[in-house]
Amino acid sequence: MTPTDRDKASLYKRVAIVGADESDEIGIVPHKSTLQLHAEAARNALEDAGIALSEVDGIFSAGSAGWSPTLQIAEYLGIQPKYTDSTSVGGSSFVIDVEHAAAAIATGLIDVALITHGESGASGGRRGGSARPALDVQHPSAQFEMPYHVGGAPTHYAMACMRHMYQYGTTHEQLAEIAVATRKWAMLNPKAMMRDPITIDDVLSSRWIAYPFHLLDCCLVTDAGGAVVVVSAERAKDCKKPPVWVLGSGEATTHQTITNMPDLTTTPAAISGPRAFAMAGVRHEDIDVVEVYDSFTYTALVTLEALGFCKPGEGGAFVSGQRTAPGGDFPLNTNGGGLSYTHPGMYGMFLLIEATRQLRNECGDRQVPNAKLACVNGTGGTLSSTGTLILGAD
Amino acid sequence: MAQDGYRKPLPTPSPESKRYWDGCRNHELWIPFCRNCQKFYFYPRDFCPACFGWDIEWRKASGRGRVYTYAIQHRAWHPGWQDEVPYVTALVQLEEGPRLYTNLIGVEPDPTQVRCDMPVVVTFDDVTEEVSLPKFRPV
Repeated sequence: MTPTDRDKASLYKRVAIVGADESDEIGIVPHKSTLQLHAEAARNALEDAGIALSEVDGIFSAGSAGWSPTLQIAEYLGIQPKYTDSTSVGGSSFVIDVEHAAAAIATGLIDVALITHGESGASGGRRGGSARPALDVQHPSAQFEMPYHVGGAPTHYAMACMRHMYQYGTTHEQLAEIAVATRKWAMLNPKAMMRDPITIDDVLSSRWIAYPFHLLDCCLVTDAGGAVVVVSAERAKDCKKPPVWVLGSGEATTHQTITNMPDLTTTPAAISGPRAFAMAGVRHEDIDVVEVYDSFTYTALVTLEALGFCKPGEGGAFVSGQRTAPGGDFPLNTNGGGLSYTHPGMYGMFLLIEATRQLRNECGDRQVPNAKLACVNGTGGTLSSTGTLILGAD
Repeated sequence: MAQDGYRKPLPTPSPESKRYWDGCRNHELWIPFCRNCQKFYFYPRDFCPACFGWDIEWRKASGRGRVYTYAIQHRAWHPGWQDEVPYVTALVQLEEGPRLYTNLIGVEPDPTQVRCDMPVVVTFDDVTEEVSLPKFRPV
């Protein structure tokens, strides 16, 4: 990293996250609509920032609010933003939205970006209807995948994991290490849904969902909302709390369907990660806390490899011995993750909220001491898209 | 063998994929080939996704390949598979290069029986009067 490289990285410290919060309730929340979850989270995050809704001039969201999430949410909130972004690349969208918001703010198009999420992953189906639009019958996935199998994310991530296990010798026990360590973090988070301790044996003896995934290799299915507020460096000066700077960002996509994933043993974080680290001008060993999308134990493991915290194939050894648990030397998914805290269907938003809280020293029992630098990585689709952020506190 | 009341999703060929599905109906695997790259590709489209060249042709594939990866599906997410779990989904890498999403048949849904890189060969399942699905079995 030379000064010249950083000069080129135009988003370095141009914006900050100044507000972050969940909806009032997360978990199983059948008595609230997805839009209520959006609105509660938006109000809570704006209050956290000390910014009025009337100041919001850019709105960002994805999924769960009809064919145009941002139109629906702006209307529902009663605002007429001059900038909207409904980037829809799966659960990573909200992390990527931060980079998009940073670009819009850095170019002067907007001053205050509100990124919201609300999703009734657990309760929505029971109300009838579907959050996701039906597929055109001629779509490649409908033609070339669905005649052989129709299923949720576990069924395809399992195929990626299987290739990793075959190629590198990654074991069920190593994957289970992540589930157990993540649960230990959840036990320290009052908002986490699953707070009973589990052992590696518990993971290995839980039922198969899609081999090689046991039930406890898979994330929760919950209802939850979340929101973050992103503003310019100038506006960040007089917010309620110290800014959480966006020091580096990267976005990448390599495919949509699992059939067309170039290499099933990595993720696009191998592209977005280096970009974010280079922009921030930091090294892996500088990072204090890591929040990565854990739709499955494998997702977290392969993401650590793709981001470069260890080499390809070394993820299993890297996470062994409860290294990522509280007290370990690699604090990972400190809110309890999608595996044990919450996962309404798309999880990226909650990575942002936890990283912000850690960098503000707001995490109580699960606080990582003196956390100044965080790495966030959202993964979306079938390991299709990633957004990586390096966030920093002053 | 056509089955009455086939309950799984059926492919709806597009103008770009008709040749593929017609081939399957005749128990032949025809896949698109880029004359510029001199490589096969999949899924079918009117151009090559590697070079965006539109000079393409259809060629008959050998039907031989290897299991790139697989998963054993223990849950029926769709009523069509209710009586069939566990079953094996796989990505088969054809000798010609492209990967196909498919089911493995003729092998137990058991990780001691299925392995990555095992050689497989195509077999066609006539699921309706109109549609034959290419599936794969161990050589």
